[in-house]
Amino acid sequence: MFRNQYDSDTTTWSPQGRLFQVEYAMEAVKQGAATVGLKSADYAVLAALCRTSKDTDTLQRKIMPVDGHVGMSIAGLTADARLVCQYMRTECMAYRHSYDTEFPIRRLVANLGNKLQATTQRYDRRPYGVGMLVAGYDEQGPHIFQVMPTANVLNCKAMAIGSRSQSARTYLERNMESFAGCDKDELICHAIQAIRGSLGHDDTENLTINVAIVGKDLPFKMFTDAENQYYLNIVKALDPPLEAEQDALSEGGMSDDDMMDHGPSGSGVPTSDATDINTNASTGGNDAR
Amino acid sequence: MLNNYNSLAQPLWQNGPAPGEFYKFTGGQMPVQQLPRELTTVGPYGTKHSTAAITTGSSVLGIRYDEGVMLAADTLVSYGSLARYQNIERVFKINKNILLGGSGDFADIQSIKRNIDQKMIEDQCCDDNIEMKPKSLASWMTRVLYNRRSRMNPLYIDVVVGGVDNEGTPYLANVDLRGRSHEDYVVATGFARHLAIPLVREKKPKDRDFTVVEAAELIRTCMEVLYYRDTRNISQYTVGVCSLNGCGVEGPFQVNENWTFAETIKGY
Repeated sequence: MFRNQYDSDTTTWSPQGRLFQVEYAMEAVKQGAATVGLKSADYAVLAALCRTSKDTDTLQRKIMPVDGHVGMSIAGLTADARLVCQYMRTECMAYRHSYDTEFPIRRLVANLGNKLQATTQRYDRRPYGVGMLVAGYDEQGPHIFQVMPTANVLNCKAMAIGSRSQSARTYLERNMESFAGCDKDELICHAIQAIRGSLGHDDTENLTINVAIVGKDLPFKMFTDAENQYYLNIVKALDPPLEAEQDALSEGGMSDDDMMDHGPSGSGVPTSDATDINTNASTGGNDAR
Repeated sequence: MLNNYNSLAQPLWQNGPAPGEFYKFTGGQMPVQQLPRELTTVGPYGTKHSTAAITTGSSVLGIRYDEGVMLAADTLVSYGSLARYQNIERVFKINKNILLGGSGDFADIQSIKRNIDQKMIEDQCCDDNIEMKPKSLASWMTRVLYNRRSRMNPLYIDVVVGGVDNEGTPYLANVDLRGRSHEDYVVATGFARHLAIPLVREKKPKDRDFTVVEAAELIRTCMEVLYYRDTRNISQYTVGVCSLNGCGVEGPFQVNENWTFAETIKGY
């Protein structure tokens, strides 16, 4: 990593007006396995690549239910994610206790964003090293919100975060217009198709795809192994998504998340290539524009 | 009662430590006397009664019909048996979904209404077109009122919360000073609970809700009966109507008085 004299404290600005500690927190998100969220007119779906550890045989919890109408998937430090999830659960519970109704998701993530922002402005705290895709359904319809350690909260039609998520984002962007009209099964298949692009060539054995859905008359639920397998089989029968090498939009075939030229680890100047112009929202540190 | 402190009793001894305590030698700081949290329980400075209402509103009546709710209350705030303020609106429009009818201590009504208005402003500041629903307001009020009563400092109010949700489903509930709430097609506070509710229940068709015409007619009849029989009522009243078509408080109306039946009554 490119170290400099302005990056030891959250409360130190760089001469270019950057907070390096916050940007480094974003790097933690890129270390996590990929996760994808997308929504149709009635449903919001989350798909996540969960790492299996051969020794312990436990799945890393990537998708966390928060309330009956909202759940989230994470990329980054699981310890921080647990804490954030617990906070959201408490807020939803307290809201239900006072108001006998579900917490509007827009307000919940705004509340969360404010909490995350506080950690970027204190000398004695650090930003949470976890990025989240919050999926929910309330009176205003389905939502996908992206929440990052920078405390940016973005309302998305579809989004992917985590390592090698660029190909997922490309897939989502290409098919974005058709999501609104999808039915439940089509939407789930799109999610799985999108995230398959983030599987590296060598670790198909270690990563399993987990799916969760929430929507109209459908409380948030994570699929069982059987349900996951059912949809995986449907998708395998379809054409696989474009291989990275054939993907014209992808630079050199590899996702640029892990490359060293970007973000604060590089020269500091954001590179402009075709992929960056087309992405919906920045998940990297290149948001100085 | 809560502190078990009898302010009239003489202390057992002077200039010494309390039982179980040590001598406080000079040079140390005297501990600051903690005032009781509410100056409403028995304490060293005497007792203040907060369980008596001072200026009160009388009954509120709420009726749910097929498309919305109607709330009616007369425009009197009494000072004991004195008809002190005779032109006070006691039915409030909270937002486009909710009506609130307040009875009981009117200062407490104004206090909690101010709190509710602040909540509505917060809703507006969120700027996301989500307005509070009547069910949520009723739930919130039960939490607040129950908390106050558990601290032995109640808001001495009895309110009717009514309105419609986004789909137009009407909601009508009564929340009282103890934090009790219940939902029904007719709710009332004060004397209306005894006089008006039986009248409305008698007229309720078994298999359907009231129509707006039936509900309005019932309101008229009940306000008339309440004027005849409740000594803390006057003949002027306002009616709040809330449905998907709109929410507002209408009036003031006058009771159609007809005292000729009085000659037929002997005794009570």
